[in-house]
Amino acid sequence: MIQTATRVAVAKYDDLAIRAGYAVKLEDQEIVLFKLTTGEVRAIENRSPHPKGNRLAEGLVSGEYVFCPLYDWKISLIDGKVQAPDKGQVKTFEVEIADGNVYLVF
Amino acid sequence: MNKKKLVMIGNGMAGVRTIEEILKANPDEFEIKIFGKEPHPNYNRIKLSTLLQGDTSFDDIIMNPLKWYEENSIQLYMGETAIKIDTDKKIIVTDQGRTVEYDELIIATGSDSFILPIPGADKQGVTGFRDIHDCEMMINVSRTYKKAAVIGGGLLGLEAARGLLNLGMEVNIVHLMPDLMERQLDPTASSMLKKELEAQGMNFLMEKQTVEILGDERVTGLRFKDGSEVEADLVVMAIGIKANAEIARQSGVYVNRGIVVNDFMETNVANIYAVGECAEHREIVYGLVAPLYEQARVLANRLCGKETAPYEGSVTGTGLKVSGVDLFSAGEILDDASTKSIKVHNEFDGVYKKIVIRDNRIVGIVLYGDTKDSTKLFRMLMKKEDVSGMTSVAILQSENSGDEESNIASMPNDELVCGCNGVTKGTIVEAIKTQGLTTVDQISGCTNAGRSCGRCKPLVGKILAHTLGDSFDSDLQKTSLCSCTSLTRDEVVEEIKAKGLTNIKEVMYVLDWKNEEGCTKCRPALNYYLGMIYMDGYKEDRDSRLVNEKMHANIQKDGTYSVVPRMYGGVTNAQDLKKIAEVAEKYDVPLVKLTGGQRIGLFGVKKEDLPQMWEELGMPSGYAYGKTLRTVKTCVGAQFCRYGTQDSMALGIELEKKFERIDTPHKVKMGVSACPRNCAEAGIKDIGFVGIDGGWEIYVAGNGGVDLRAGELLCTVKTQEDVMEMTGAYLQYYRETASYLERTSKWLDRLGLEHIQKVLANEETRKALNERMDKTLQRYNEPWNEAIQSKDIQQKYYPKENTFVGSDSK
Ligand code: SRM
Ligand SMILES: Cc1cc2nc3c(=O)[nH]c(=O)nc-3n(C[C@H](O)[C@H](O)[C@H](O)COP(=O)(O)OP(=O)(O)OC[C@H]3O[C@@H](n4cnc5c(N)ncnc54)[C@H](O)[C@@H]3O)c2cc1C
Ligand code: SF4
Ligand code: FES
Repeated sequence: MIQTATRVAVAKYDDLAIRAGYAVKLEDQEIVLFKLTTGEVRAIENRSPHPKGNRLAEGLVSGEYVFCPLYDWKISLIDGKVQAPDKGQVKTFEVEIADGNVYLVF
Repeated sequence: MNKKKLVMIGNGMAGVRTIEEILKANPDEFEIKIFGKEPHPNYNRIKLSTLLQGDTSFDDIIMNPLKWYEENSIQLYMGETAIKIDTDKKIIVTDQGRTVEYDELIIATGSDSFILPIPGADKQGVTGFRDIHDCEMMINVSRTYKKAAVIGGGLLGLEAARGLLNLGMEVNIVHLMPDLMERQLDPTASSMLKKELEAQGMNFLMEKQTVEILGDERVTGLRFKDGSEVEADLVVMAIGIKANAEIARQSGVYVNRGIVVNDFMETNVANIYAVGECAEHREIVYGLVAPLYEQARVLANRLCGKETAPYEGSVTGTGLKVSGVDLFSAGEILDDASTKSIKVHNEFDGVYKKIVIRDNRIVGIVLYGDTKDSTKLFRMLMKKEDVSGMTSVAILQSENSGDEESNIASMPNDELVCGCNGVTKGTIVEAIKTQGLTTVDQISGCTNAGRSCGRCKPLVGKILAHTLGDSFDSDLQKTSLCSCTSLTRDEVVEEIKAKGLTNIKEVMYVLDWKNEEGCTKCRPALNYYLGMIYMDGYKEDRDSRLVNEKMHANIQKDGTYSVVPRMYGGVTNAQDLKKIAEVAEKYDVPLVKLTGGQRIGLFGVKKEDLPQMWEELGMPSGYAYGKTLRTVKTCVGAQFCRYGTQDSMALGIELEKKFERIDTPHKVKMGVSACPRNCAEAGIKDIGFVGIDGGWEIYVAGNGGVDLRAGELLCTVKTQEDVMEMTGAYLQYYRETASYLERTSKWLDRLGLEHIQKVLANEETRKALNERMDKTLQRYNEPWNEAIQSKDIQQKYYPKENTFVGSDSK
C-alpha cells in the first residue's frame, strides 16, 4: 500500500500571535496551534487529558509547554506528554511552514 | 529456580494488601496471578463515600495503579471472575473459560451489599453501595431524578445519604430501629447525630420496615409494613453486607457466615487461604480495614514461611465520614450489670463522651462532637490499661489540652496514629528519621499511615513537623516564589526595585530563572509585582495572566465563559435590566443568574460571542474574574430602611467607582451596611463598613470563603471622606506588602492587626499610600471597551474557530 501524505493550510503565519493559541477544526478533529517565543509553530490536539479537561487554546504558554487553563496541567508542545506529577498525552501534529502559510501534515 | 504459583481471587483492599506484605517479606518467592471481577485496579473502597460526596476523583482513589502490577511482575486479570475451584487438581476456572494452576490460593472476594429479598428489589433504580459501578449509577440517576431513599441508618447508609444530598437529591433515610447507628452509638449520641444530620437536610423515617419496592420497570417508591408509602426514584440498600463466599462453598471449602479460617487464615482445605471480608475468624466477619490488614500481615508471613504471631481477633474503632459530624466509637457501647461508665454530656457545645469500664479497664468508648482523645482512649482500651488510679477527669481530659507542640512530644511511641493501618507514632518517627522523609505522602508510601480513610493525615503532618523541628519550620518560612527560582517573594520584589528590572523577561533573565519562561505561578505573580512597583509606567503582560483575567471573563468547565457586568453597589435600573434581557435572549444565553455578589451573571457564553455581547450591553466589566475589587455589596440603608443611620448605597457606589480595576494580590470584596444589623454582611468582607450614628465602623480581613473568618474592627471614622481615605491607605498597604494570591484575611493574620493599625494611624503615611494608590488607578482602561475597539485583541483572544475540510496532496 502506498502512503500519501496530505497537507492542509490552516493559517497565515503572520496571523499567529506569539504565545497565544489558535484553534482550528479539521474534519472533526480539534487542533490548536501555538507560536512559541522562538517563532516555531506547534500543533496539538485541543483538549487537555485531564478527566474534566477541555480546550487548551487559552492556556498559558511557557517555552515549549502549555498549561491547561482549567486545571493547570503542564503539557509538552513537542511530544504532547503531560508533565509529572500528572499523567497523560495529547496527540501532536506535524506542522510545515511555506510561503507564509502554516500547514498541518498528515 | 522454579517459583511457586500464587493465585488470588479478588483484587480488593485486603487481598492486595496481603500481596504487598508478601512482596515486602520475600519479593521473589512467588509467581503471582490476581483475578478481579471489577474492571479496575485496586482502589480505596473506603473513599467511595468521599467520591460520592464529590470531594475526590476516581483517579485519586486508585491505590495500586496498573504500573504497580507491572513493576512487580504480577499478572492481573481485570474484569475476570473466578467461578470454580478444583481443589484436587489445584486449578481455578474463570468466566472466560481460563484455567489456571495454583500451588497456593488466596480467596479475598470481599462481600456484596445485602439486598433485601422483597418484591421489587430487582427494579431499575435499586442499588447497593459497594463499588464504583454503584457510585456511577447513583451519580447518573441524580442528573435526572430528584428523590432518593436510603434503606439503613448505619455508617454506610448515612455516608450514602450525605453523598446523595451533595448530588442535589432529596433524601429519605429509612431505618428499622429507633436509633441511628445503634451498633456504634448509645441512644444519647445517636439522637445528637440525628439532629445534626436533620440540620444538614436529611429526612428520617424511623422504625419503618420496608416490605415492597413499588414501580413498573423503574422504582417509584417504597411501601412499609404499617401500610404507609414514600416516593423514590432511587433506592440505596445499605442494611449490611454478605460475605462473598459462594465460590468457596461450591468447592468444598467450609463456609459458615464467611469462609472459616484459623488464626493463620487457613481454611479447612490445604493450600487455600481466605482473608478480608469474605473470611470468618472465631465467628466474626470483620467489615473494616484495620482488622483485615492485620489478617493480611499474618497471612503474608505464613505464606513466606516467616515466624508469625497468630491472628487473635481485633477490637475495632470507627468514625463516620460525613462533614460536620465528629464521632468515634469502639468496643462495647452499652452498659450491662458488670460495667460502670463515665459520661459527660455538654449539651451546649454538643459534646458527649462515654467511657465504659469493666474491672477497672476501658472496654468501650463513644465520643460525639469532640474526638481529640480517641487515640489515647483507644490505646488504653487495646492495652487493657488499669485506670483505677485515675480520676474520671484525668481519663477524659487528654494530655492534649496543652499546646500542639507538647501534645506531640508527650505522645507515647506506641500510640496508634493510623487506626486503619495499625501504624504507631514510633513507626512514623523512625521512618522520618531513617529514610529522610519530608512529606506526608512519603510517610504514607513508607508506612501505609493515611492510605485508607485518611482521617489520621493531619496528625501525621503534625508528627512530621515535630520530628523535623527547625528544619521543617525554616523550610516553611523561606518558601520561594515557585519552583523556577529559589528567591522568596520579598527577595524578588527587592531585586526588581534595586536593579530597576522593568519586565518579566528581564526579571527572569537577570535573576537566573530555572525555566526560561517561568510557569503559571511566577508569571502572574511577577506581572502583579511589576505593576505594583511601577505605578504608572508598567505595560502589563496580558499573556502572563491566568485564563480568566486574560480573557476578561470566567472560564467554565466546558470551556464557555460568563459575563458579569458591573452593577455599582448592587443598584440597577429598568434600562440596564432590559439591555441584559435583550442580550441574553439574542445570544441564547443558557443561564441568567443573580450572583452571590448582588449582580446579574450570564453563564455559558461562547468565547467568540464575548466582544459582541459586551458591545451590545454597553456596560463596564464587573471583573467577576479578577484579582481586583469584585463587588461592593450594599444594604438599602437610610434612604429607605427604618433602621438605617447612613447612606450605605451611596458609599458603596462611591467605593466601587473609585477602586474598580485596581490590581490587588488577590480578589477584594467589600460590603456596606447602614446599621449593625448588617444586612450586607460587611463582617465577612475583606473590608466592611457598618454605619452607626454619626460615623462608620471599618471592619477588615473578613472572609466568607474557604477559611471562614469574621472581620475585625480596624477603626471608627466620622465621615464618608474619612472612609475613602482609610480604605485607600489600607488597600495600598495590602497591595505593597502581601504575597500574590494572599487574601487580606491571611495577610492580616500574618502581619497582625495591631501592626497595621499602627501604620495607618500616621497621617503622613496614609497620605503617601493614597498618593501611590491614586497614581496607579490612573493607568487603567475599561477592558471590555478596549476589546470592542481593537481588532487585534479580538483576533488574538476571541477568534472564531476555523474549520477546514479540503486538503491538498503533496
Ligand atoms: C458567580 C459566583 C457564584 C454565583 O453564582 O453567585 C462565583 C463564581 C465563582 N467563584 Fe466565587 N462566586 C461568587 C461569589 C462568591 C462569594 C460570595 C460573595 O462574594 O459575597 C464567595 C465567598 C466570599 C469571599 O470571597 O470571601 C466566593 C468564594 C470563592 C472562592 C474562595 C475564596 C477564598 O478566599 O476562600 C473562590 C476561589 C478563589 O478565588 O481562588 C471562588 C471562585 C469562583 C470562580 C471564579 C471559580 C473559577 O475560578 O472558575 C467561579 C466562577 C464561576 C463561573 O462559571 O463564572 N469563589 N465566591 C459569585 C460571583 C459574585 C460576583 O458577582 O462577582
Ligand atoms: C462506601 C464504603 C465506605 C467504607 N468506609 C470504611 C471506613 O471508613 N473505614 C473502614 O475501615 N472500612 C470502610 N469500608 C469497608 C472497607 O472498604 C472493606 O472492609 C474492605 O474494602 C474489604 O476488603 P476486601 O479485600 O475484603 O474486599 P473488597 O475490597 O470488596 O475486595 C474484593 C474484590 O474481589 C472481587 N471479587 C469478588 N468475587 C470475585 C470472583 N469470584 N472473582 C474475581 N474477583 C472477585 C470483588 O469484585 C472486589 O473487587 C467501607 C466500605 C464501603 C463500601
Ligand atoms: S443593615 Fe440596617 S439599614 Fe441596612 S437594611 Fe439592614 S436594617 Fe436596614
Ligand atoms: S486512620 Fe484511616 S488511614 Fe489512617
